[in-house]
Amino acid sequence: MSIDTLRLTAEDALGLLERKEVSGAELHRAYLKAVAERDHELHCYLRTVEDAQGESVPIALKDVISTKGVETTAGSKILAGYVPVFDATVAARCRDVGLPVIGKTNTDEFAMGSSTENSAYGPSHNPWNPERVPGGSGGGTAAAVSGGLAPWGLGSDTGGSIKQPSALCGNVGLRPTYGTVSRYGVVAFASSLDQVGPVAKNVRDCARLYSIIAGKDAADPTTVDVPTVELPQAESLSGLRIGVPKEMNEAEGIEPGVTAAVQKAIELARELGADVAECELPRSVEYGLACYYLIAPAEASSNLARYDGVRYGLRVDADTYYEMVERTRDAGFGDEPKRRIMLGTYALSAGYYEAYYGQAQKVRTLIAREHAAAFETFDLLVSPTSPTVAFKLGEKAADPLAMYLSDLLTIPSCMAGLPGLNVPCGLSEGLPVGLQLIGPQLSENTLFRAGHALERALEFDPVPERLR
Amino acid sequence: MSTVPWEPVVGLEIHVQLKTRTKMFCRCANGFGGGENTQTCPVCLGYPGALPVANRRAIEWTIKLGLALDCEIASNAVFARKNYFYPDLPKGYQISQYDLPSCTNGKILVPTPLRDHEVGIVRAHLEEDAAKTTHVGGRTGRIGGADYSLVDFNRGGTPLVEIVTGPDIHSSEEARRFLQLLRQTIVELGISDAEMEKGTLRVDANVSVRPAGSSELRTRCELKNMNSFRFVAQGIDAEVKRQIGLYEAGGQVVQETYDFDAATGDLTARRSKEEADDYRYFPEPDLVPVEPSTELIEQLRAEVPESPARRIRRIEEELDLDRAVVLVTGGLDRLWQATVAAGADRVAAANVIANRLAGVDGAAVEPAELAKLVEARDRIPRAALDEALAKVAAPGFSADPYLAQEAVSDIAELEPVVARILEANPGQVAAYKGGKEGLLGYFVGQVMKETGGKANARAVSDLVREKLQ
Repeated sequence: MSIDTLRLTAEDALGLLERKEVSGAELHRAYLKAVAERDHELHCYLRTVEDAQGESVPIALKDVISTKGVETTAGSKILAGYVPVFDATVAARCRDVGLPVIGKTNTDEFAMGSSTENSAYGPSHNPWNPERVPGGSGGGTAAAVSGGLAPWGLGSDTGGSIKQPSALCGNVGLRPTYGTVSRYGVVAFASSLDQVGPVAKNVRDCARLYSIIAGKDAADPTTVDVPTVELPQAESLSGLRIGVPKEMNEAEGIEPGVTAAVQKAIELARELGADVAECELPRSVEYGLACYYLIAPAEASSNLARYDGVRYGLRVDADTYYEMVERTRDAGFGDEPKRRIMLGTYALSAGYYEAYYGQAQKVRTLIAREHAAAFETFDLLVSPTSPTVAFKLGEKAADPLAMYLSDLLTIPSCMAGLPGLNVPCGLSEGLPVGLQLIGPQLSENTLFRAGHALERALEFDPVPERLR
Repeated sequence: MSTVPWEPVVGLEIHVQLKTRTKMFCRCANGFGGGENTQTCPVCLGYPGALPVANRRAIEWTIKLGLALDCEIASNAVFARKNYFYPDLPKGYQISQYDLPSCTNGKILVPTPLRDHEVGIVRAHLEEDAAKTTHVGGRTGRIGGADYSLVDFNRGGTPLVEIVTGPDIHSSEEARRFLQLLRQTIVELGISDAEMEKGTLRVDANVSVRPAGSSELRTRCELKNMNSFRFVAQGIDAEVKRQIGLYEAGGQVVQETYDFDAATGDLTARRSKEEADDYRYFPEPDLVPVEPSTELIEQLRAEVPESPARRIRRIEEELDLDRAVVLVTGGLDRLWQATVAAGADRVAAANVIANRLAGVDGAAVEPAELAKLVEARDRIPRAALDEALAKVAAPGFSADPYLAQEAVSDIAELEPVVARILEANPGQVAAYKGGKEGLLGYFVGQVMKETGGKANARAVSDLVREKLQ
């Protein structure tokens, strides 16, 4: 049978498999065929896996996720040729339920970026318009799901790397509560923020994939037990209290088209029975980005210290150990990791620690408290996911600060360890707009329920117009 | 030139390798054996994405040690990252407790003749060890200038407790006594073999001097690379002498780290380039804080045996301080008590155990059999006693066959031998008569040698004494 990978959801695929209308191998082949046809334009994958095992729905994995026997580079030259000897826990959990890996998807180097333009292997392109970025850092996975090159995939999110690309590519992406998904085997960027999460064509697929990867892992001490995941069915939002943080919906730089689509979705939520009211998160928005750019680079500067040329990956030879380390890191890291290593090293230095890293951690606590206070009144908060729709390749590449602002709205809840779901809510200039739903810790089921009801009511078509 | 006496001020940093079954943050075996780099995994090799999981046993043992050292146990201890580049550090950082260690503010009371000498324990914290590097070629044996360096990651990530004392030690002898007590405490907790020769116990000393009577703390230097208590004491003495020399010549001490070479007595300054000054510590985000329950702490407290210091004071009342110290720090005081309980004379038993059974596992000795040997020590031939004591810790040892041997006590038989020995050593005889009575042992020893160890030592010494009167 012919498989329309652009339309096929994971749930559809599971139905086909159950009715034995298709085999896992056939499904896997269908996606590899789609990759062969379209990926030269989109560049979602850094490499595909031709002989993957598994009789269930194929999956795309962001290249920060270690895969035993399959090169894993995190989009960096410094890990060129590095083939892990072990699977990340999330990869193992996917394998355990039979999900064959289609391939490893493109990412900004070490997940540092908002467009995939920082990938050492070249950028990915947005399936809605290949002249536009797919967002980042998980642009490869998001573009693959939107472009019909994967029914679903895994990304990783530090300050918006799942939610923002999902918004720009028009699919559903969940950044789970910190601690619900194991980080074991996931190339670390900023350990206290990194979280793996699912990207899919709809909320039910997203919830299903989350149920596969979530849960306590003995190999990651920061993981916790997770409530049983419920696949959402209800189409009503009755009784749900939704807060609309003023600062996150009226922030400078939000495009009018984005505001319009988000407002429409909020109206719809009201019509579906939700109690909607305005609220405030003043400090979270004012200080979130600044604190993030102290804490994340600080942790990154330490996490990236292991790439020294001694044991794996790139080595540039030299006469002495220290010279070898310097040359290897100079040649292996791109500008963005170097920039963040320098920022982070500075923020942790003696004499500056209290003023920068220490202060940022205190503000982080305030941000968490401010969110917690909002959740005494509301079940969920909503805002745009990204202030803009997908921007043009090259548009912000030369201006790191403009690029950092892409994550203005996703960062505060990440800093507070909270889950966030992107649901596409319309188009602006022919490009998808994402609605961000934020909930308290471990509120994934509420996010799925609200996201599902809105998705049904919004009737967004996730297939890019030009590919229909 | 002033002639003020100088007082040494010494603080010690002691690293203790815990003998847990597995490493600190992964499940690799912790211990010797196996070829280089065989006891490794993605975690202790610092592979991308690998995460640490703290060893519960190591945490409990650290708390137990803290309790034995009279420390306060933190209800919230935090692991931090200490960042620096070195090939023995695969992650580019060492995981170590930093500003919130598990144990703080403890002490050891070192018994001395006049009083208990209190050495403060500033902190005891848990960390992971680095891998072992061997620098090949070059003059210094250090990484700078080496032709190449070999790294064995088997040791990397094994659990270490670092104990830091206050600057409360004022002589090399005090340092030695403190270390003996500390080591015995650790060994009795069963958490480490604490052997300096094997590197499972490592001691660095921070040394400064000041005019006696002053309370100032002057610039200190750190001594490393001393692999026995004796070398620690020698190193401290050498450094104290060096610093006094500097001050008395009108110079100043510059803060520096020195390697002490026990063979030559030389102190060699490490090149400061290899010392990173800024470790950029921050809380390790991959681990959760250590929050022991009160229940656990109390359970661990109940498992801590009576301290060696307290036992020394107790035994001192029945013997004397020096013998008590030797018995307790040799781990033989319980054998002594049992041997006395089995009927042996206190002092005789202490002498035999302290002088003849050093290094023997006291628990393997049957006290009743040892008591028999102690009682018969002067009656049976010296050779028989030596043989018996060499075998006393063997399973199923019986003293009876040795007790059956009679030493030669017959004066008629011994007298000619004694006369011959005295005649052959006129110098020693004169010295003895001049007051060097310690030479008695020499004469007895010569007679023993002559008789092949069969003479009764008591009879011989009586005879010698009589002849020389």
